[in-house]
Amino acid sequence: MTLFADALSWMLLLGGGMFCVISGIGLLRMPDLFTRSHAAGVTDTVGASMILFGLLLQAPDWTVAVRLVLIIGFLILTSPTASHALAQAALGDGYKPLLGSMKPTAGATKARS
Amino acid sequence: MRYLVSLGLLLITFWLVLSGHYTVLLTSLGAASVALVLWIASRMSVADHEMVPLRITHRMPLYALWLTKEVFRSAAQVSIRVLRGPQSLNPGLRPVRHGQTSSMGETILANSITLTPGTLSVRVDAEHIDVHSVDEAFIDELETGRFAARVRQLDTGA
Repeated sequence: MTLFADALSWMLLLGGGMFCVISGIGLLRMPDLFTRSHAAGVTDTVGASMILFGLLLQAPDWTVAVRLVLIIGFLILTSPTASHALAQAALGDGYKPLLGSMKPTAGATKARS
Repeated sequence: MRYLVSLGLLLITFWLVLSGHYTVLLTSLGAASVALVLWIASRMSVADHEMVPLRITHRMPLYALWLTKEVFRSAAQVSIRVLRGPQSLNPGLRPVRHGQTSSMGETILANSITLTPGTLSVRVDAEHIDVHSVDEAFIDELETGRFAARVRQLDTGA
């Protein structure tokens, strides 16, 4: 049982870590604020939850477990609020999102703000 | 009143679970803080069906499970686009009909859309949610109304 829990825990930790790294790459690679915030969203949701669930399986007693569950809950409630506020503030400030296909052939129509 | 009682029970549980110290001093401090919060909540009249959503609590676990599945699916799709690079993107920003009957339904839907990687609610009005997405395909999928129907089911039970 502990072997199974440990294996699952490590899978979650490594999987969550992998998503965080991909999300970090996305933050650097994406072309504008809105697309970057989508990349960051991967860390907010999948990355953080998988790591926290992985840690949950390693929790020494129930008080730690309850705290981890609460952290997941608060992250899930607060992160969309922050993303939404950021996006709305950017739009309200007149920041135009890049739209349409980013394929090099369509480069002529690409509008940079 | 019902909402204040539920809020009180929730706060008491919260304190007991997080504190972990059951001495007279700390427990009475907890009781005092809960009483203070309840007094402020009742004075501000904020303890209502939106603050303590009792009506939908029993439908929440199933929705959470379904949303988790959606979040993972979108996270995988966004990750693939990140690894392929910016050329694989086709960002879009357009209004999607939300079809919700209450402001709570609108809020839950808008936040669920934001929570799902790849889509982001930027504005909500009486009938639409403006959604930005890394790929138009994500918005096309929202337009099928599958997501909105799930939230309506959570919100109204129908």
